[in-house]
Amino acid sequence: MEKYRIDQSKGMEFGIYTLGDHLPNPLTGERISAEQRVHEIIEYAKLADQAGIDFFSVGESHQEYFATQAHAVVLSAIAQATEKIKIASSSTIISTSDPVRVYENFATLDLISKGRAELIAGRASRVGLFDLLGYNIRDYEELFEEKFDLLRQINEQEIVNWSGEFRAPLKDAQVLPRPQSGSLPIWRAVGGSPASAIKAGYAGVPMFLAHLGGPATVFKRSIDAYRDAARSRGFDTAELPVATAGFFYVADSSQQALRDMYPFINEGMKKTNGQGFPKQHFAQGADPHNIMNIGSPQEIIEKILYQHELFGHQRYIAQIDFGGMPFDKLQKNIELIGTEILPAIKKYTAKD
Amino acid sequence: MKIVGLSGSKVGSKTRTAMDYTVKALKEKYPDIEVTLIDLAEYDVQFSDGRNFREYEGDTKYVAETLMDADAIIIGTPVFQASIPATLKNVFDLLPVNAFRDKVVSMLVTAGSPKHYLMVEQQLKPVLAYMKAQMVQTFVFIEEEDFYRKQIVNDDVIFRIERLAEDTVVLTDTFTKIREAKEAEYDF
Repeated sequence: MEKYRIDQSKGMEFGIYTLGDHLPNPLTGERISAEQRVHEIIEYAKLADQAGIDFFSVGESHQEYFATQAHAVVLSAIAQATEKIKIASSSTIISTSDPVRVYENFATLDLISKGRAELIAGRASRVGLFDLLGYNIRDYEELFEEKFDLLRQINEQEIVNWSGEFRAPLKDAQVLPRPQSGSLPIWRAVGGSPASAIKAGYAGVPMFLAHLGGPATVFKRSIDAYRDAARSRGFDTAELPVATAGFFYVADSSQQALRDMYPFINEGMKKTNGQGFPKQHFAQGADPHNIMNIGSPQEIIEKILYQHELFGHQRYIAQIDFGGMPFDKLQKNIELIGTEILPAIKKYTAKD
Repeated sequence: MKIVGLSGSKVGSKTRTAMDYTVKALKEKYPDIEVTLIDLAEYDVQFSDGRNFREYEGDTKYVAETLMDADAIIIGTPVFQASIPATLKNVFDLLPVNAFRDKVVSMLVTAGSPKHYLMVEQQLKPVLAYMKAQMVQTFVFIEEEDFYRKQIVNDDVIFRIERLAEDTVVLTDTFTKIREAKEAEYDF
């Protein structure tokens, strides 16, 4: 795990991620400016850092209702504003970017943050950026596989010789600057199905598994499939970290948490995906065996520990800010994470 | 309540004729309901390429968004090669997997032969069930001989169309009320 800068003796890592969505608050109908949203994201990371949270990441979505398309730039401001927290993308759509430029950005980010940068590469769940950036959606899979492969080669070798279909060949190319310790932790972002998890396993790269709702046991299948695939290619799964990421909201009671969060998720999803989140499914989110971490501090501690027992994962990443959630609610969540949830999670998951 | 009538073929006139009767029945009986008829013969809809339905343009976007915005959909379809026409299947392919969740869908079928009666059970209903539709189980099956020069000449068919319109509205009302009561119980 050292290669990925994970120290399991300190317990499971706890992180926060934002998609960088820029949506109106459904309760007031008002939307803050993009300027304010970007500043709030930086402030959010700062609070997370001060609360002792391990990790903070920002995503890119190239469409209406998002504000962090230039996520590496936002991350660089976060690097400057924070001290200890690890910072990453969630995710970088490598398919529609040049891996050389992406690597230059993230290696620089690693230097600015003094060794705190990581990169999570994904395939995009919305495809508008293919048109915007001039790529053909029919190359969806191949673009990702080829560019992700090149990104990893750049990470592992200082001099790269490479040729492929979607980019000019590299001959004895040196990609500079190098990160602080010579390489970056690079993860593969995986959505719902085991098929995508298996691809991460075959490549022997850490897996960032995003989830909406449903029983935790469903996601265990993807994690098992990932580890089986990695073992089948001779990788040691004890050296491959797994992170899970999804909705999180803590309040005095689970009922209060459901009440506080639901309108933001439902209305936000209507605007970004065209369909809301069924109330019935959301209500099941409070169940101890549901993957959504929504509830009182004690309920959330128990859920995360249950998930840790099931998954044996190294990092959990919470998404709290979706759908125009006001900043004071984010502050309150971070406060409860820092004072109640994090100490308990660390205590019970630290490995000797 | 918003009801969309979807006439699913670019070929012939029988399905469109039957859909016109259906829309008329709806409007006469329920003047407050917003009824929109989409006849696929009048739109240039592209083949599904996997993107989110809202990312299409022009007619494709209009058709997909209008259907997604409906509370109930009445599908009218002919039988082609023992199944639904590709134009109609393509519309389903444009939409998300759970597109018909919390929607009522009812069906009207025109066919050249009574031998096609089970097409709906075997081809159309499984697709609608997969997409989470609440279906009006009784569909209206109309044969060639029931039409004469763009008129329906069989009173039984006209009565059945009226009942289809009524059942669609009643079921939509019922499911909406049940859902609202259930959602109020969650208290969040």
